Amino acid sequence: MDKKKYEEIREKLQESSVGIAGLGGLGSNAAVSLARAGVGRLVLVDFDKVEESNLSRQYYFQDQVGRLKTEAIKENIERINPRVMVEIFNCKLEKGSMERLFKDVDVVIEALDDAEMKTAFIEEVLQKLPGKPVVAASGVAGYGRCDSITTKRLGNLYMCYDEGAPSSEESVLIAPRVALMANWEANLAVEIILG
Amino acid sequence: MNGREVDWVENETVKQLLKRMKYTFPLVVVKINDEVVPRNLFDQVTIPDNAKVAVIHMISGG
Repeated sequence: MDKKKYEEIREKLQESSVGIAGLGGLGSNAAVSLARAGVGRLVLVDFDKVEESNLSRQYYFQDQVGRLKTEAIKENIERINPRVMVEIFNCKLEKGSMERLFKDVDVVIEALDDAEMKTAFIEEVLQKLPGKPVVAASGVAGYGRCDSITTKRLGNLYMCYDEGAPSSEESVLIAPRVALMANWEANLAVEIILG
Repeated sequence: MNGREVDWVENETVKQLLKRMKYTFPLVVVKINDEVVPRNLFDQVTIPDNAKVAVIHMISGG
């Protein structure tokens, strides 16, 4: 590959920042992927602790069970790419101030679990931070259905979307499809950054 | 609506349109001509003629 082009991409990613709301299956995998890609700054938000059951799909390890997801993911990213500046916020996103921590990032990734929270988050960020690109995912649960996943773009909202997928209440969350959608979101963020 | 031609009804609100289109999902993001319509205004905002309406529904899982 053209070395100059590679340098240009590397530099652009290094200067960029991505915020991620939620560090479950979507958020933890997307964060690690973006760290490997060399995104310079990550703003990561979650309030939860790592549970044993999370290990079936989330980017944590056995010896991290019981620890805060924010701290565990920061540690994992530092082991992969110590050049990434990782800012963590251990708090619950509250309706009315959902956009607060994401004002100064280039791209916001919605990686929440609950449909109600997903909807509220997207609505608030789009309204309160006009012009900010938002990447979101809907239809993560289940398995297979690779070809049903599409990117839907509505203005500044980029959705990784499978409208026929079951919800996590009706079906299981399994690593391959969760990681697929997480990386789909990360890939969209990279595309937005690189233009 | 979502790229499909739908007959326009005068003074129809977002809520009424969703009902007419048989959207059963309670959690949707609606955009009219690329503007987000907050959910608390679904029963007040009416759809202009020739509007581009996009409806995306959110499914739990993450």
